[in-house]
Amino acid sequence: MARAVSTRRKAIVTVIAWGIGLAIFFPILWTILTSFKTEADAIASPPKFLFFDWTFENYVTVQERSDYFRHFWNSVVMSVGSTVLALIIAIPAAWSMAFIPGRWTKDVLMWMLSTKMMPAVGVLVPMYLMFRDLGLLDTVSGLVIILTLINLPIVVWMLYTYFKEIPGEILEAARMDGANLRSEIIYVLTPMAVPGIASTMLLNIILAWNEAFWTLNLTAAKAAPLTAFIASYSSPEGLFYAKLSAASTMAIAPILIMGWFSQKQLVRGLTFGAVK
Amino acid sequence: MTKTVRALMGACAIGAFSTAAFAETTITVATVNNGDMIRMQGLMDDFNTKNPDIKVEWVTLEENTLRQKVTTDIATKGGQFDVLTIGTYEVPIWGKQGWLVSLNDLPASYDVDDLLPAIRGGLTVDGELYASPFYGESSMVMYRKDLMEKAGLTMPDAPTWDDIKAAAAAMTDKAGEIYGICLRGKAGWGENMAFLTAMSNSYGAKWFDMDWKPQFDSEAWKATLTDYLDLMNNYGPPGASNNGFNENLALFQTGKCGMWIDATVAASFVTGKDSTVADKVGFALAPDKGLGKRGNWLWAWSLGIPAGSQKVDAAKKFVEWATSKEYLALVASKEGWANVPPGTRASLYANPEYQKVPFAKMTLDSINSADPQHPTVDPVPYVGVQFVAIPEFQGIGTAVGQQFSAALAGTTSLEDALKNAQDLTTREMTKAGYIK
Amino acid sequence: MATQASRAAARLMISPAVVLLLLWMIVPLGMTIYFSFLRYNLLMPGTEAFAGFDNYKYFLTDPAFFTSIKNTLVLVLGVLIITVGGGIALALLLDQPLWGQGIVRVLVIAPFFVMPTVSALVWKNMFFNPVNGLFAYAAKAVGLQPFDFLSQAPMFSIIIIVAWQWLPFATLILLTAMQSLDSEQLEAAEMDGASWGNRFIYIMVPHLTRAVTVVILIQTIFLLSTFAEILVTTNGGPGTATTNLTYLVYMQSLLQFDVGGGSAGGIIAVILANIVAIFLMRMIGKNLET
Repeated sequence: MARAVSTRRKAIVTVIAWGIGLAIFFPILWTILTSFKTEADAIASPPKFLFFDWTFENYVTVQERSDYFRHFWNSVVMSVGSTVLALIIAIPAAWSMAFIPGRWTKDVLMWMLSTKMMPAVGVLVPMYLMFRDLGLLDTVSGLVIILTLINLPIVVWMLYTYFKEIPGEILEAARMDGANLRSEIIYVLTPMAVPGIASTMLLNIILAWNEAFWTLNLTAAKAAPLTAFIASYSSPEGLFYAKLSAASTMAIAPILIMGWFSQKQLVRGLTFGAVK
Repeated sequence: MTKTVRALMGACAIGAFSTAAFAETTITVATVNNGDMIRMQGLMDDFNTKNPDIKVEWVTLEENTLRQKVTTDIATKGGQFDVLTIGTYEVPIWGKQGWLVSLNDLPASYDVDDLLPAIRGGLTVDGELYASPFYGESSMVMYRKDLMEKAGLTMPDAPTWDDIKAAAAAMTDKAGEIYGICLRGKAGWGENMAFLTAMSNSYGAKWFDMDWKPQFDSEAWKATLTDYLDLMNNYGPPGASNNGFNENLALFQTGKCGMWIDATVAASFVTGKDSTVADKVGFALAPDKGLGKRGNWLWAWSLGIPAGSQKVDAAKKFVEWATSKEYLALVASKEGWANVPPGTRASLYANPEYQKVPFAKMTLDSINSADPQHPTVDPVPYVGVQFVAIPEFQGIGTAVGQQFSAALAGTTSLEDALKNAQDLTTREMTKAGYIK
Repeated sequence: MATQASRAAARLMISPAVVLLLLWMIVPLGMTIYFSFLRYNLLMPGTEAFAGFDNYKYFLTDPAFFTSIKNTLVLVLGVLIITVGGGIALALLLDQPLWGQGIVRVLVIAPFFVMPTVSALVWKNMFFNPVNGLFAYAAKAVGLQPFDFLSQAPMFSIIIIVAWQWLPFATLILLTAMQSLDSEQLEAAEMDGASWGNRFIYIMVPHLTRAVTVVILIQTIFLLSTFAEILVTTNGGPGTATTNLTYLVYMQSLLQFDVGGGSAGGIIAVILANIVAIFLMRMIGKNLET
């Protein structure tokens, strides 16, 4: 099974892969580094890479301007909340599509995906009017609802492709043993489906966390998540590279860390049935 | 449920102490992310001490995002905000729609007669003051005294466009990364079109004639754009077609511009602590072409209260505080006179302390020389110096701005840009029913 | 295998999702269709009137309309080519044994977690800026004139930003697919003297087809509505060089507050997106049949 590989070849591959990996990561690294510089160092020529006076001043300034933790908490609640809600709706749907496929299953699935193609900017005003009438403007529950709806198709599809890989024979066997539908789901399917559900959950949290149109336009102060937090930095006065970097780092750090810690899990499920 | 509980507790508190001090009102203030507004957020202790029963929530956004959100909210009566930061473009239009609460009943201590007449006039509709100015600005020339000296030139207090061109040519040193002139190039009605419309006024150009016919096919516009492109292509920084106010400010502060014609509020930033050229900046009026109009604009960021707000009284208290004389004194005591929000009150310019600020007089002169009622040489059917105060203008102005930005980037020729601007403006004005 | 009862149960289980998505589709869509036939500008309340097909006429004859369709396609195709091509190359590379594979994978995956607004801001200011950006320093360091990315090559710059965000996604899916490839099959082919090129074309490519299809489908759905990156960097310009369909609709409905015109644009965008969707479904249908 293991291919014999010369150390030399492995070394070359290692160097190339690390080079490319660092290049892809560089913009993020540079942002993080810049966030610890003074504004003058941030635009110094030639650029200063590591040897500058490290300072936390930018983080203090950013925090003074806008309450990071409130935005952070809103982001957490809305992404986790919408993910959980989407899963509750999607799991039964995906389950039935995967195990009791009907004539229209494929079409329903594709139709669901096509609802994602509606350009959000075109329906903002109707949605705004509706949210106003329902009292959902600037509420986290409003965001949870909208994020659930826009991500539901992807969730259904991911779960569907994942469930399909669970062999049908196991179900047959369970049925032979007299398991009813409920116990079938609880005792047989759920344990097998947990990894797929987990990775769907992770992906959906990322998508919800980064959604920047609805979250910005339907909130004001109380429910504003991190996407709104960063929106006030898109062109502040004068020299702002360091402050922009600090705000950017604060906005992406939580999801980046979560993503890194769970990347094995994420990768395992992130195949959309692409791997047979 | 928690709301009910809180309401009950509030009711009990009022009952028990028979005072409203515990009924805290929260108002939401939508504001733009510029230096003066951010400074205010740091000075809120003063407001909170004076008004312990009012809590202020801030929504700070970049200008375009702010305008889009605030307009959507007020037009749909969404009621998300209690105080809005709006400009001289919105106030007359919204005031006419009845979307704003009149501020005529602010207390005498507010001293409405102290407001500069040009600024106050722009915020008043049919005798009602619909927004209170937080700071006012015109535009002027900011230049590097050291570079002018090196080039052997002096900047007149009231230069012409020819003076500007000569100075730009003499100061430019591309190898040394010094560009003679930095101007706005980023597309947007509030970005490049603010500058270009103001500039075109001094060339005698206009957006519309008295029949609302677009005038981009006129010689005056052609001359304006020719000179603008000539200046920017020969003496401007690279990437100018993406430079707005903030980008140019960064360039000027780092010593890369010889001149910059932009908002008067920039003066306190280019002479402030983030600037590497703070002690080398001189000021002059915006240039003219000998036609009697200067290329400077008039703008005020103001605080208004949407008609749908449930907390008008608390909002009024905040507006009054933020735009009062006392607030100016507060900023001066904490950050120095140079950092006071400029351009709103005559008393500020009468203050001997403030007169020591290097750009004070030039700012006042610039504001006074702008006339929104008669923006350009010929009579026009619209109000507004660097904009046309009709609701359609945002869209048209930005689309025209894109054309001119493309001309600056070199992707469109000057002739095509003007022709496209003429066509699309005609189209939109026909659609909107101005042109029959 | 499915009984009558389980079919009923299946219908019951699928219905919440279907009903919700139907509502989500029909209600805003219905309102949008309704508005698209009105003369309705948010800034001029009280002037709403039936406008017939005027809004559609104005949107379709907008000089920027065809440019925007072209730009949408260029953007989607450009990003797809870079991410699929780059994704395959990276997947091949990372599938090799190397030291620190876990860390390299962490580095490569990182851009996927960055919000679009942040990545656009970072690229625009800290890399593309022709005066203070890093690329300008690099150009000056080797004695070149700094290249002004966002005005000289605006679409290319946006493609780079978007591709950077989606490359990790493509790489991950393709890498997973690659790792599921039966290595014995490859070894056998190698024993038989098949060159690397032949192994790639005859064994790896067919194996990856399905994964590539999935990458294309998912990315297209998201790329068709690219918005934040354009808003933050170029505002659709210079001229209309980077105005895609979404951005054009945005200009109508949120810059001019012309709800009627914006709605008409939205409906046209939905129709066009569904044409793309049908096209995609055909493709997927072929490749995803099990």
